[in-house]
Amino acid sequence: MAPHHTSDYQTGELKSRDLSYPTGGGISYKEVNDDVVRTMTQTGKWYYIALAGAVSGFLAFWILPWAYQIYTGQGVTGLNTPDFWGIYLTNFVFWIGISHSGTLLSAILFITKTPWRRSIYRSAEAMTFFSVATAAVFIFVHMGRPWNFYWTVPYPNQRSLWLNFQSPLMFDVFAISTYATSSMIFLYFGSIPDLAAVRDRVTGWRKQIYSMLALGWRGTDSEWHWLFKAYTFFAVFIIPLAVSVHSIVSWDFALSKVPGLAKTIFAPYFVVGAIYSGSAGIVTLMIIFRKAMKLEKYITLNHFDKLGMLLLVMSLLWSYINVIEVFTGWYANTSPENETLIYRMFTTPYAYMFWLMIFTNTILPLLFIFKKCRTSILACVVVSLGINVGMWLERYLILTTSLPRKFLPYMWHDYIPSWVEISMTLGSFCFFAMLFLLFVKLWPSVSIYEVKEDIGIPMRKGGGHH
Amino acid sequence: MSGFLERIAGKLKSYREPGYYTKLDHKWTMVIDLDKCNGCEACVVACYAENNLPVVGKEDCAKSRAFSWLRIERYVEGEYPDVKVKFIPVMCQQCMKAPCETGCPVYATYHNQDGLNVQVYNRCVGTFTCATYCTYDVRRFNWFTYKWPKPLEAQLNPDVSVREMGVMEKCTFCIQRIRSAKDKAKDEGKPVKDGDIKPACSQSCPTGAIYFGDLQDPESIVAKLAKSPRRYRLLEELNADPSVIYLKRVMGDGTTSHE
Repeated sequence: MAPHHTSDYQTGELKSRDLSYPTGGGISYKEVNDDVVRTMTQTGKWYYIALAGAVSGFLAFWILPWAYQIYTGQGVTGLNTPDFWGIYLTNFVFWIGISHSGTLLSAILFITKTPWRRSIYRSAEAMTFFSVATAAVFIFVHMGRPWNFYWTVPYPNQRSLWLNFQSPLMFDVFAISTYATSSMIFLYFGSIPDLAAVRDRVTGWRKQIYSMLALGWRGTDSEWHWLFKAYTFFAVFIIPLAVSVHSIVSWDFALSKVPGLAKTIFAPYFVVGAIYSGSAGIVTLMIIFRKAMKLEKYITLNHFDKLGMLLLVMSLLWSYINVIEVFTGWYANTSPENETLIYRMFTTPYAYMFWLMIFTNTILPLLFIFKKCRTSILACVVVSLGINVGMWLERYLILTTSLPRKFLPYMWHDYIPSWVEISMTLGSFCFFAMLFLLFVKLWPSVSIYEVKEDIGIPMRKGGGHH
Repeated sequence: MSGFLERIAGKLKSYREPGYYTKLDHKWTMVIDLDKCNGCEACVVACYAENNLPVVGKEDCAKSRAFSWLRIERYVEGEYPDVKVKFIPVMCQQCMKAPCETGCPVYATYHNQDGLNVQVYNRCVGTFTCATYCTYDVRRFNWFTYKWPKPLEAQLNPDVSVREMGVMEKCTFCIQRIRSAKDKAKDEGKPVKDGDIKPACSQSCPTGAIYFGDLQDPESIVAKLAKSPRRYRLLEELNADPSVIYLKRVMGDGTTSHE
């Protein structure tokens, strides 16, 4: 964390700490500062076009249909009597899943002192925070009376109403708010030295804002020391937190009695799935990000190589749990379980979705066995997008093939989403894009000081001896 | 060592029992004699009239959004000409260990002192959890704010609130009738007598297939019927401890049938 270098002062030789890390050579301290500040201050035409697209998509696809839904009632969705949870909850779990890699990965890689973390963790952490925000909005979207959302928060009131702490949804409220808060603090703590670096390089209104945000950072030894302490504390704190958050999300389903939802394996299954989809999300986002911001020097093919290995491992884990889930259900041979399995795997249209999911999440990622694929941008785009399509389908299938086949066959009824639900799904991607686009302009999106740790300290020309 | 383990197991088991079990004022129970039920659906209509249930129309009905708190489930068995059509009335089973109650984050559904699973409309925020967790699919959601065309609004029952959109609801065992019977008994200074309370479905049943009463009163008709060898409860194996008891239908060949 604190910048200490392996460069040999005595001989003047510059050694990168990790030789396999290719940003080590050819970049100077000044260049790093300039490059990162450039992403914030120089804004091209395409940025404005993208931002305008995201904002208008957010308004048109999300806010307007939502206003319509709040005004008219939940009846504008495709929900019906057994299928009370549909695309909204799918999206909620999907976005919480996306959020599960950024901060978690950053924390794990920090504790294990993995050097390739440094240039990607800032934007990955931002991704976490924004996808938690997107997911949280879906909680309100799926509620029948969202204007009463504050009733799910423990606040003192004259009517002595209190919350039901037995409810998995209540666990959720606490888990997600804790997760959102701590990932925000983690992101902010890690950014303080960079905010100071930005403060020192910008003028005008930016100067005032970043002076405030940098909290008077001067870069003294004791400041580095305390920052390192706080950052390590949060890194350690966030790992079990992230695991518990997605376990609790899975309990929204698994603590019921519904066949297909009440599965003991759901908690680890959801955690693995979340890390899987989140890592795929990072890959997709990093490819767009480095291209758009011209940061190829910092986010290199080596990063995609490492992330590809991670995706391969997560893919195998996910497939393993998936096979167990299906096999044990089939072997137990109880009739509600059988109905759900047959409905999910062999009934159209769900069969198409199920086998597409198996293809994108189990078979396609096997490409990453080969280094050639892991270091090919095209392969990374295809596989990471495929994984996220598959992971979205997984959450969709869990809900839409379990609830229509509950215990009493008389009430079986299929779920077909309405345009409002599909529109808000698109809108959530616009919302996320909007938040991320604002982030890259307002925040140093690559860690300046940690990237510098991998570069040799600057020396005078011809120097080497002091 | 094994004694210690047994003690812990006993403790854990006792924690799973809701605390209200031993101290209920009443335990309202419904007994439905399937042998008497002819599937006429008079109970369903009576329920609509008594509890201000909206009629949602053809389209929403096809989307499975019909409001019937009480429904007659029909099942067809076999191929023509050897067909058996079976039916069973299903309403909220007022489970004593209800999965819906643990799901609600704001206590909009909870267990009251009468052993009833009650729904507080004003507290409901509409998270759908109760309905998702319900294994009998008896919960109904107000997808819209339903309006009664004139002059039908004049026939609304003044004892029952008209619900607004975004709120979950379900069979209450006609709690308004239970309340008024209890009030009356209290005014007279007497306990509620068996037969004082008749939910709308029970009142309207032409064959008298639906019995209602307090299971805690050993002299009540439901307590006696509950001992019948034909007794069973719907999805009993799920351990939700439902309060509705069914009596199996006796078929022509002397066998009994669940539906």
